[in-house]
Amino acid sequence: MKYVDSEQVHKKMGIRLLANNMAKTIFFLATLFGLVVLIVLIYRVLADGLGWINIDFLMNRLSTDPERAGIWGAIVGTLWLMLVIAPVTMILGVGTAIYLEEYAAKGRISSFIKTNISNLAGVPSVVFGILGLTVFARALDLGSVVLAGGLTMALLVLPVVVVASQEAIRAVPQFLREASYGMGATKWQTIKNVVLPAALPGILTGVILALSRAIGETAPLVVIGIPALLIPVPDGIFDKFTILPVQIYYWTIDSALVAEYANLAAATIVILLIVLFAMNSIAILVRNKFQKRY
Amino acid sequence: MRSLKGVLHLAKSTVQHGNKTLNVREIIQQKKNSRSVNNYTEKLIPKILFGIAAISVFTTIGIVLTLITETIAFFKDVPFIDFFTGTQLKPLGENAVFGVLPLLTGTIISTSIAMLVAIPVGLMTAIFLSEYASERTRKALKPLLEILAGIPTIVYGFFAFTFVTPLLRSFIPGLEPTNILSPGIVMGIMIIPMVASLSEDAMSSVPNAMREGALALGATKLEVTWKVVVPAAISGIIASFVLGISRAIGETMIVTIASGSSKNFTFDVTQSMQTMTAYIVEVTGGEAAAGTTLYYSLYAVAMTLFVFTLIMNLLAQYISRRFREEY
Repeated sequence: MKYVDSEQVHKKMGIRLLANNMAKTIFFLATLFGLVVLIVLIYRVLADGLGWINIDFLMNRLSTDPERAGIWGAIVGTLWLMLVIAPVTMILGVGTAIYLEEYAAKGRISSFIKTNISNLAGVPSVVFGILGLTVFARALDLGSVVLAGGLTMALLVLPVVVVASQEAIRAVPQFLREASYGMGATKWQTIKNVVLPAALPGILTGVILALSRAIGETAPLVVIGIPALLIPVPDGIFDKFTILPVQIYYWTIDSALVAEYANLAAATIVILLIVLFAMNSIAILVRNKFQKRY
Repeated sequence: MRSLKGVLHLAKSTVQHGNKTLNVREIIQQKKNSRSVNNYTEKLIPKILFGIAAISVFTTIGIVLTLITETIAFFKDVPFIDFFTGTQLKPLGENAVFGVLPLLTGTIISTSIAMLVAIPVGLMTAIFLSEYASERTRKALKPLLEILAGIPTIVYGFFAFTFVTPLLRSFIPGLEPTNILSPGIVMGIMIIPMVASLSEDAMSSVPNAMREGALALGATKLEVTWKVVVPAAISGIIASFVLGISRAIGETMIVTIASGSSKNFTFDVTQSMQTMTAYIVEVTGGEAAAGTTLYYSLYAVAMTLFVFTLIMNLLAQYISRRFREEY
């Protein structure tokens, strides 16, 4: 009795192999599609913006005149914003991670906090903007200043820091903790002197990635109320401010009126992408250089 | 090494402590004192850390509470039914009408366009990377996709407005300068890396034995992929689609820039449409005075948006947990 009709198999073999090869080509082209878009996008931004970048563009204040407009205010604003976000998100993120990994009993409370954090990561950024507008800018009456924006952003990127810190703390091997306990150290001494120093590279990587996510965000700050044309440069965390992405936003929507604004937006994008690329490179460098494998 | 130094440091300090004084009673007393200080910190620290961990919970509560209280205030001015069935949205002027349907259709249409791009391209990318690509190709391609995922949305907005829209207008003559089609497509491109990497993770975790079994029976690679790997990884793949949808619903800057602010109730993708997110940006940008119906409408729309994305996120978690096949 024949189970397999070899003639039929042979007849169909050609078409099956052809389908396989065609599918492979299509899958490859689909993969290339994303990369082609990336190249076109970067090419377009460079073509529009590169010619506009010079020292005046970096050091000038904002202006309605495209020839005189610069992004110094947005650069300083971005730095001030990072100065608020970094400590707040680090304390909150690392504290939460230590609690979840070292103290919390594996029970309802810790799984509730974990679920909450993963849901928080899925909340649209514009909703965080509303929270910032209602609580920080209006209820606490801070107005649309660096502190209000920074606190909002710190909450927005908190899940990134928590997850990265949790992974870094979990990667510290148990024998280091046990050695510390064996010397008579208490739990907190062990965490402070042994676990945190060992987990620091992973935590720092997470914080840098969170910061780079924060300075690319636009929607929450527009919602909090950053003016379109802010000429003074901020001097502290209680000053009104603008940042690079918000400036890109206003120049892009106004480019229908003044065509050169599109070039200014593109030039600002080039600067923003350079900053983000540098920050991500630092994060990868920190991870590769200081991360130890036990 | 630093962590070991910490341990050694601790040991040294204990020894010195012992050398300082000879009186045993004093040593014991000192130890007791320092232990009580230690005990105090040991008890306090977990409480502080719990307080810090609770802040993330308070953030959620804060979001929900602000949205709910202001939304209730909104529904005192505008009946619930009118809001959710109204096809007209004219928030400004004397006879303001608040119907959310134009924003809902805008959101649903832009999300659908995005997913029409992101699902096929993302899934095919995932299949190529997980099943066809050599280890070297994969290592070269993945970081490039991660760059695509790391580009700020505002840059995609600029790209949609200044490049994709003019490009599409040369094919589709009726396309308006601001339309929902172009941001929809660009949003889809933005979501490709997310769908691709999550689906690839799901497919990579399908054990090789299953592939080899199918190959040994004479299946081609395409048949292995389509009839064995994809069905085995389906929960992860669908979860990645749902997370992509959630991301598209919440995406703000691309649609705000490239789709304009027309509040017409329409299904024509060549026209300008406003999404829920873009409405929020427009209203807050105009500095709506607190206490007006316009101001409260902001929260009602944000609440709708929040509920939509929350349902999607919970759905994704449910799918990946409920339908996961363990091997």
